[in-house]
Amino acid sequence: MLPPDLTAESFASYPTEARALVVKHIEGIRRLPITFVPSLLRELIDYDYRFPIERKIVERELSTISGLSEAELHGWFGSFAAISVSPSLENFNWVNLPAQFVEQEAAYLWSTHQLDAFRKAATDYGDRLDRVNKPEPLPMHRLGMAVIGQGVTTYTAPLFRNLRKHGTYFTNVRAEDGLEALVAALEKRAEAHSAPYAHWYVDGGAAATHGGSITSVSYQALAPVRNSLLKRMQAEIDRPGMGPEELRTVLARLNPSDLGVEKNSDPVLSRFELKLFTEGSGTQIYSTTFAQWTARETLRRAQALTLLVRFAPRQRQRPMNELLAGGHGESELDPSGSLVDAEMGAYYHWIDQQRLPEAEQSGFIAWFEGHSEAVAIGPAMPRGAESNTAIEMEKLISLVSS
Amino acid sequence: MNRSSFERKTPFTVSHTRREFLRDAAGLVLGGSVLQASPFVRAESARKKRKIVVVTFGGGARDQETFAPEGQENIPHMLSEMAPQSSFFTHVTNQGILGHYVATASLATGVYETLNNFASVAPEHPTVFEYFRKELKRPSSDAWVVAPSNGFHRIGESDVRGFGPGQGARVILPKRLLGLASAGSSGDFEHLLHDNYETPLYTPALVGGEVELQQLETILKLSVRDFASHARTLSSPDELSLYIARQLMREEAPSLLWITMHDIDVAHSGAYSLYIDGIRRTDRLCAELWKAIQTEPEYAGNTTMFVLPDFGRDSDFDAGGNGFQHHRTGDAASRTTWMMVLGQGIRQGVVYDTPVQSVDLVPSIGAIMGFSPSQSNGKLIQELV
Repeated sequence: MLPPDLTAESFASYPTEARALVVKHIEGIRRLPITFVPSLLRELIDYDYRFPIERKIVERELSTISGLSEAELHGWFGSFAAISVSPSLENFNWVNLPAQFVEQEAAYLWSTHQLDAFRKAATDYGDRLDRVNKPEPLPMHRLGMAVIGQGVTTYTAPLFRNLRKHGTYFTNVRAEDGLEALVAALEKRAEAHSAPYAHWYVDGGAAATHGGSITSVSYQALAPVRNSLLKRMQAEIDRPGMGPEELRTVLARLNPSDLGVEKNSDPVLSRFELKLFTEGSGTQIYSTTFAQWTARETLRRAQALTLLVRFAPRQRQRPMNELLAGGHGESELDPSGSLVDAEMGAYYHWIDQQRLPEAEQSGFIAWFEGHSEAVAIGPAMPRGAESNTAIEMEKLISLVSS
Repeated sequence: MNRSSFERKTPFTVSHTRREFLRDAAGLVLGGSVLQASPFVRAESARKKRKIVVVTFGGGARDQETFAPEGQENIPHMLSEMAPQSSFFTHVTNQGILGHYVATASLATGVYETLNNFASVAPEHPTVFEYFRKELKRPSSDAWVVAPSNGFHRIGESDVRGFGPGQGARVILPKRLLGLASAGSSGDFEHLLHDNYETPLYTPALVGGEVELQQLETILKLSVRDFASHARTLSSPDELSLYIARQLMREEAPSLLWITMHDIDVAHSGAYSLYIDGIRRTDRLCAELWKAIQTEPEYAGNTTMFVLPDFGRDSDFDAGGNGFQHHRTGDAASRTTWMMVLGQGIRQGVVYDTPVQSVDLVPSIGAIMGFSPSQSNGKLIQELV
């Protein structure tokens, strides 16, 4: 099937709201090249379970596409149309399995040396869209807070090396009640601007006490989902004929209810949590990876106004000789290795935040939990500077928020 | 997006930084000034004794964790012990598919292969091992591959007419051997025998096993018990690969030995500290191998060693990826790597920033050893001959 062949019936198996939106814009979608449409449908098929900002973005994108003249359409999508796909891809069920199509398309583009052309076409398209669909002004400046090093008593290597050049490195932060101060700042911002999925708390272990107006995700709370998924994956792997690509297809089709998530839970959040494990790599095994990936997805998808991420110690990677000796050491933790993971995770948190609108006004704090070291980044913070002045966490927060 | 905050890296800036750093840190000179007569001894008698060892510094490492200033602490052995003895190529690009099996196959054939990275298939073009054995009439014992996972078990030879089955390298999979040797023991093999880190829950099945176990006794002169016992003293699969490689060097002394390292690819798990640990371990293992080459009578003084990553990893700043974790974006950081060449016939302490491609490896090995890889798309690296 090719896009001009699409009809409203093609989307019969889509969720209700997704189907209505696609049908509304079907004429515009039919004019697009096959190299582009499945990527769009990948976003649309989950429309019912998307965050509010994602829904708004895709609605505006569809309106923009539908409003393009034929000449404009050529300018926007000519480079996509110049990329070829194989007949087997054309015959693939890309309407109902758009994510799987995109994955197979990527493999095809690699093998036919068209990946660079596709990357350029996608980047150009994104830039055009950004120019046309200006983001709405934010109600408050974005704030990111990363807490790393839980459980580490001493650490002598320099910390925050990647972040220091972008802000000020503090060596005398009052550590007592530091976490409470960060949670309080999160709650205060949630009260000041209450909106669904705008203020997040991600914890790589057990979540600290926090208010109900905050969207919270923790590694510990999701342990039943994680364990259920791992069992399911193992069962699938043991099936004859199962391979990596088939396994990914199975995972992509899973619903929260397949893993025992309660039916009365928030369907948007539970779908998001499921994808953290089915789309993330290593999130099922290491809590530090889970925290980093969740922060990335929270910013990329929900465009959180406030995001507090607290890393916790992950399980220790056992060396080969220990594995050969037998026994189980899964409960053993690796706090110092986790600190290194989390330091990089905090850096990626800041990078992901910088990709969002009004990044130049945003604030960011990374803090070594229980210790006096932190880095603070914001429009008012000198870059590459260091301060040994005694400072409270509240004051640090106000500095990056100003 | 606040793009101004980000340093946009091109292949040139990646390799330029690497060159400047090496020149400053290791006291190396730039290659343009030393291009002169080849130091290779071209006599046929010398070629017969010539040995080549190729190590893929795998799977995939970035500049900022290796040869860039901030990465130097992770590669002390390569930097201080090996680089001063090497010709170092700062700008090696991989224009092919960035999956470990397909990229290694491309390195071995000199053609950008397009096979399925996760399928149990042979390379689509003749391998360096087939050219070597066919033209130089070498026995099967003279070309070996030591590879990390079941997915590499067909890397030794293609299905191409005129080459193909029985004419390539023998492949040894140490982890698989360990699994067979330790069958029935109480170890936690479920984790250890994961085939690769890109799809860590999937291990392609191989048939057989008896032949491989026989290899331990007949070729490596190792009893199953000694092998399993020694493995219990090692911390990683790459350490096991080095152990097997050293045993091969002593017992078989192959003229063409290819070792694929893979510990670094633990980066796919997203744990940065484990990725760094993998780089440090691989750095140490490369130095140990180089020392072994210099002390083994069959190798000392007549061996050229190539060390190169199969490719890099994604940049921190490409929104399509997740930084060091994967190699999926095809950006400059993931495509641009380096190559270190040491030993017989190689100019020491020289840095070349001439762009070369990973498919150029096979023609260059051919020129050194005296065979013609007729189907390779790569070009001879002039600085090596």
